[in-house]
Amino acid sequence: MNEITSGLLSIVSDWDGGFDGAYNIRQDCQSVARKSTENVKIENKTDGKPGIDIKIAPGTKGEKVFIPACITKGDVDDLVYNDFYVGENADVTIVAGCGVHTDDSEASRHSGVHRFFLEKGSKVLYIEKHVGTGIDDGNRVINPVTDAELGEGAVLEMDTSQLGGVSASSRKCSIKLDREAKLVIRERLMTDFNQTASTDFVVEVNGEDASVNLVSRSVAKGNSYQEYRSKIIGNARCTGHSECDGILADNGRVNAEPALIANCKDAELIHEAAIGKIAGEQILKLRTLGLTEEEAEATIINGFLK
Amino acid sequence: MLEIKNLSWTAPDGRKIINDVSLNIPNKKLIVITGPNGSGKTTLAKLIAGLETAESGSILLDGEDVSSLNITDRAKKGIGFAFQQPVRFKGITVKELLELSNGGSATQKQLEEVLYKVGLQPEKYLHRDVDSHLSGGEIKRVEIATVLLRNSKFMLFDEPEAGIDIWSFNNLIDAFSSLKKNTDSSIIIISHQERILAIADEIVLLKNGKIKEHAAKDNIFPRLFCMNGKDECGCKKKGGCPKEVKA
Repeated sequence: MNEITSGLLSIVSDWDGGFDGAYNIRQDCQSVARKSTENVKIENKTDGKPGIDIKIAPGTKGEKVFIPACITKGDVDDLVYNDFYVGENADVTIVAGCGVHTDDSEASRHSGVHRFFLEKGSKVLYIEKHVGTGIDDGNRVINPVTDAELGEGAVLEMDTSQLGGVSASSRKCSIKLDREAKLVIRERLMTDFNQTASTDFVVEVNGEDASVNLVSRSVAKGNSYQEYRSKIIGNARCTGHSECDGILADNGRVNAEPALIANCKDAELIHEAAIGKIAGEQILKLRTLGLTEEEAEATIINGFLK
Repeated sequence: MLEIKNLSWTAPDGRKIINDVSLNIPNKKLIVITGPNGSGKTTLAKLIAGLETAESGSILLDGEDVSSLNITDRAKKGIGFAFQQPVRFKGITVKELLELSNGGSATQKQLEEVLYKVGLQPEKYLHRDVDSHLSGGEIKRVEIATVLLRNSKFMLFDEPEAGIDIWSFNNLIDAFSSLKKNTDSSIIIISHQERILAIADEIVLLKNGKIKEHAAKDNIFPRLFCMNGKDECGCKKKGGCPKEVKA
């Protein structure tokens, strides 16, 4: 593992020289460090695809699993398939950030396809941070794909954030919920310069009394452009909530297209969306507390993306 | 001492909202600025805080002309302002906003004390976002708390009673009364509310953008409100005075 990877890990997965739990560190298309535990087994895939299978034993409680991926130079095109099998009634945290670093104008790309299979009653907190570092005009691309199947009573909480420096990203999530399953997604996204980012959430709620809550907050600065599309499909008695808030700065643009599809009369689906520049009153209030205009704007954005 | 000299401000539509207003606000006094709707009370407060810029006149803070200073610099010089309609912030908690108001940090004791003063239980509110999950009354109380905690030399409160329930309002009256006794600051409150006028040292009556009267509370108060059911304000409404300022 090189120094650039170490730096990226500290940003995307709270690396402090080690991980407390099972882990697999991917650097420039290959695994450079791995550790399994008694309850969490990490193995190479056997279907010929690049990537790993992560098998979490039923009833595992309180363990963390770290699956970060780093690209440390230009001209790298990484594609990885990681499958997570979470046993019944397990309750774990999975940290799977990605950092791309380039010091020249050569493009680098990481495409991570993560599939989750949550068995009955299992619970997963999935934390995913993305960042790009290196020269200002580097070409860094991150394309995460998350597919998940939530069994009866399973809970998936997904915290995903793009912290800056990523030239282009395309996030695709496709998630299916069985009865009494619960899905919460919190997305935080910041783009600047000429960066682009697109998000596609498709959630099928197939089981009775399942629930989904999607919350996306984004800031588009510079000349950046974002697209947000979400689709909640209620195929059974369920509740669904989608919230999309965007702040525009400079010449930033956001296109939000939320959709709710109720195929069952007992599906209760709600959507909220708001896009606009920072309210002038917010700046004024913070200035009456002694902050400069720039400090006020930074405070508002940092809080919004927290 | 806050000295306002010949201040004027005209709205973009040409209406003269503040017309040659001069006013001295001494230290350690609670001044209530009152008057009918549209008399220019809020505009005057905004001009003092720097949220609006006067077209003529000057504002002196302890002898220093702050007229040309922006909002931030006036806040740093010691002018605090509580908005009539507080602003909401997604992702900023009550605790964080209060810390900002206190220069970036505050002790748990300070945070708890100021929230109790405005009738909010700290354990319920400190970690909640200052957003749509707070009611209008709750957010108003947080707004007032930001200025109380900041403890500026001059604290301006624009209609602090608006949107606050009676129980919290009682707390607020107590907070202002206590503040008046225990602070070296000057407190300026924009209000129509009888109980707020009753705790004033001085009352400024504004009408049509001009100061109609400025005197000790006891000299003005009885003429503004019916006292003990007597129709001293001149209100001829059947059933008594509606308890509004009759400027």
